[in-house]
Amino acid sequence: MNEKAVDVARRRFLTALTTLMCAVGVVFAAIPFIAFMKPSARAKAVGGPVEVDISKLKPRELMVEKWRGKPVWILRRSEETLAALPSLDDQLVDPESEEAQQPEYAKNEYRSIAPEYLVVIGLCTHLGCSPKLVPPGAGRDLGSHWPGGFVCPCHGSQFDLAGRVFKGWPAPANLVVPPYRYLDKTRLLIGEDRVII
Amino acid sequence: MMNAVAKLSRTTLSWIDARFPLTKLWNEHAAKYYAPKNFNFWYFFGSLALLVLVLQILTGIWLTMNYKPSAEQAFASVEYIMRDVEWGWLIRYIHAVGASAFFVIVYLHMFRGLMYGSYKTPRELLWITGMFIYLTLMAEAFTGYLLPWGQMSYWGAQVITSLFGVIPFVGDSLALWIRGDYVISDVTLNRFFAFHVIALPLILLILAVVHVMALHEVGSNNPDGIEIKATKNANGVPLDGIPFHPYYTVKDLFGAAVFLIIFLAIVFFTPEFGGWFIEPDNFVPADPLQTPAHIKPLWYFTPFYAILRAVPHPLGGFLAMGAAVFLFFLLPWLDRSVVNSIRYRGWMYRVALFTFAVSFVALGYLGMQLPTPTSAFFARFFSVLYFAFFVFMPIYTRIDRTRPVPKRVVYK
Repeated sequence: MNEKAVDVARRRFLTALTTLMCAVGVVFAAIPFIAFMKPSARAKAVGGPVEVDISKLKPRELMVEKWRGKPVWILRRSEETLAALPSLDDQLVDPESEEAQQPEYAKNEYRSIAPEYLVVIGLCTHLGCSPKLVPPGAGRDLGSHWPGGFVCPCHGSQFDLAGRVFKGWPAPANLVVPPYRYLDKTRLLIGEDRVII
Repeated sequence: MMNAVAKLSRTTLSWIDARFPLTKLWNEHAAKYYAPKNFNFWYFFGSLALLVLVLQILTGIWLTMNYKPSAEQAFASVEYIMRDVEWGWLIRYIHAVGASAFFVIVYLHMFRGLMYGSYKTPRELLWITGMFIYLTLMAEAFTGYLLPWGQMSYWGAQVITSLFGVIPFVGDSLALWIRGDYVISDVTLNRFFAFHVIALPLILLILAVVHVMALHEVGSNNPDGIEIKATKNANGVPLDGIPFHPYYTVKDLFGAAVFLIIFLAIVFFTPEFGGWFIEPDNFVPADPLQTPAHIKPLWYFTPFYAILRAVPHPLGGFLAMGAAVFLFFLLPWLDRSVVNSIRYRGWMYRVALFTFAVSFVALGYLGMQLPTPTSAFFARFFSVLYFAFFVFMPIYTRIDRTRPVPKRVVYK
């Protein structure tokens, strides 16, 4: 081959190869910049799961824990309460919990892992006010048929003792069940449902 | 003496010109840039957009001198600027009103393009660069609105970042990545500050330069939608063109003066503009545990917010909102008309454009209201009209009866 002639195919191959390697370099160089914006170790620690001891919780008692700045309710329900839940179905917006307001394992008639303990985020699904627990016959004018539940002070939305919303109120959906799991019979871990190794 | 000065400036200029294309740039973009002589009122808004961009950058730089991008101090630092910093209230109100003014100007500028077919061949890239400016401006407005750390800053950002959560599979991780935390927090505020004062203004400036370069390459359209370059004199100067400087620099200066009178009247007398430019809830510090009774974006986003709410399905709403913006990009190819300007189009395009403008304004109004069954019905009705403008455009622009276009511009 003439020494002065340009080998176009070779030049094109080298150009393509260089471009390709540059593109690979750009992709790898982008990783730190993208990962930089993920939650930092501190943000993860502050927003991490919360361990709760429920051994001292008495029947019909409500305890409030804070997780990621939101109130999480743990309510110990009685046998009668649990037995009465299905009778309310026709008054509720979403009795079967069709809407994805809970993890799969809480999509059941009690909206909880262990039927006895309800775990929900205590913020109204309308505008985020915190509803109050109103037991049956607690003196509030809610009618004699009031089965007990939660009432939102802002716009009156009512929820039953499984956090399911009653029809006719502004809240569109059931209360949110956060991810959680049992560490043992009396200790809950709120905010994490899988064992992370 | 005068001769000596003239000689000195001539030699200085030629010294510069030998090293930097100063005269060349001046001639290409001003003194010998020939713009159609029949520009009307609608042609003020390009230069006004540039004016507001400069105002925003200038006041923005000054605001950063006293603003503190931290969740602890942001709200107080804005109040500090308003009360204790000399003229701080003026700089802050110019910046806040400037944001709304920018959108007023950009919407009118875009409407001009729709009326006179300014996106049609050969101005497709001019239109598309303009659309990128519009997108960047929306991001700039959104990130900027978080910075005062008021209730509406906080909850608006919470709602908008949560919107990304409806995207299947990656949505939640994406929303988490954008916020950098599980909720809107100090982390989010800090990064939005970085975007608002560095990343987005830089992109905005570059895009503005690209937009003007594209404009000066193809030349300005005009109310008649005629190519003035088609009829030139012996020197290659368009017969219907006049040099941008001094003719349009003077015209635009006059426009700027009128604009500033209106703009500053608002800044001085009603900077919140009845809650339209700064919402009342934003004078309350952000509180993650207390949701405002009615969360809504500022007026320039409400048409898209109304479309988002009009669709009952979350992902569907998100996609519809995205499509409402994205369809503008396709205009150069959706429009099949042989004429550019509305002056020579038939009744179909006139009706379509009028309906579209009414729908846009109506959606803007509905997006500010609390959702009710009635407002939801109207939001759906106007959303359908909004999309019909784009979807049926290839048909009605083709069959529309156009009128003959004159060879030279009509100078009124």
